[in-house]
Amino acid sequence: MLLIHCPYCQEERPETEFRHGGEAHIARPTNIADISDEEFEAYFFIRSNEKGVTFERWRHAHGCGRFFNAARHTVTDKFIKVYKAGEPKPTLAELGLESGESQ
Amino acid sequence: MSEAIRTKPLPATRTGSAAASVTPAPEASRISLRAGEEALAALSSALDLGLPTQPKTSESKNGRMALWLGPDEWLIIDQNGADLMALCATVSAPHSATDVSHRNTAIIISGPGAADAINGGCPLDLSLKSFPVGACTRTLLAKIEIVLYRSSEDTFRVECWRSFAPYALGMLAEGAMDASA
Ligand SMILES: [Zn+2]
Repeated sequence: MLLIHCPYCQEERPETEFRHGGEAHIARPTNIADISDEEFEAYFFIRSNEKGVTFERWRHAHGCGRFFNAARHTVTDKFIKVYKAGEPKPTLAELGLESGESQ
Repeated sequence: MSEAIRTKPLPATRTGSAAASVTPAPEASRISLRAGEEALAALSSALDLGLPTQPKTSESKNGRMALWLGPDEWLIIDQNGADLMALCATVSAPHSATDVSHRNTAIIISGPGAADAINGGCPLDLSLKSFPVGACTRTLLAKIEIVLYRSSEDTFRVECWRSFAPYALGMLAEGAMDASA
């Protein structure tokens, strides 16, 4: 079983306690009534779907209940870093990766 | 005159094995408590019990327990049936207290094989190092969500929702049989 570190519980917990919450760091436009259909589509439907390092929301649903963010590699399934909701998206350098290494 | 009779969630009989007994817990009152830091001191004093702020920790005093479930969430259990809602109602600082006395029921697992019996359906590390006496957490037992609390080295309390209680009891009884094998 995959173990996922929860930044609120401060320990590794079994993956079955967690729920995936979609791509992280997607900001809702503040002028949502004014944007075009294309802009709304880009915000609402289009996701980066990376092969390599991806940034996702996760929720410790059957634990502390909190949403947090994680940088995960979609090929190896390895969690590179977890961080609390509201903290800035780490750069690849902060994750210890070169830009060419992200895949 | 007919009278309404409350049906208990589980028959009060002991099951399990020689390694781990599995017994429905006596009735208790409970609240689900949500509060921010600014309300903690007043709530602690109203409940006469510290609200723990470290993950997986609890406080316990005179049959009343405060279990940390999340950064702003606790399960308060009073084994003497105290009116916890009335105690919280004396606190004016913003908080949310919900009576869940009858939403939850509890099962006590006790004996040298207690941790093994629970591990039959729960993948948490229940060694004393990782889950010491007083540790508590929300987690999973097979297909259902539970709150697990270790009251002594070989005794655990499993809190589950009332309608899931027969399933929890069955899983734990089976785990207890396996633990003695
Ligand atoms: Zn957690």
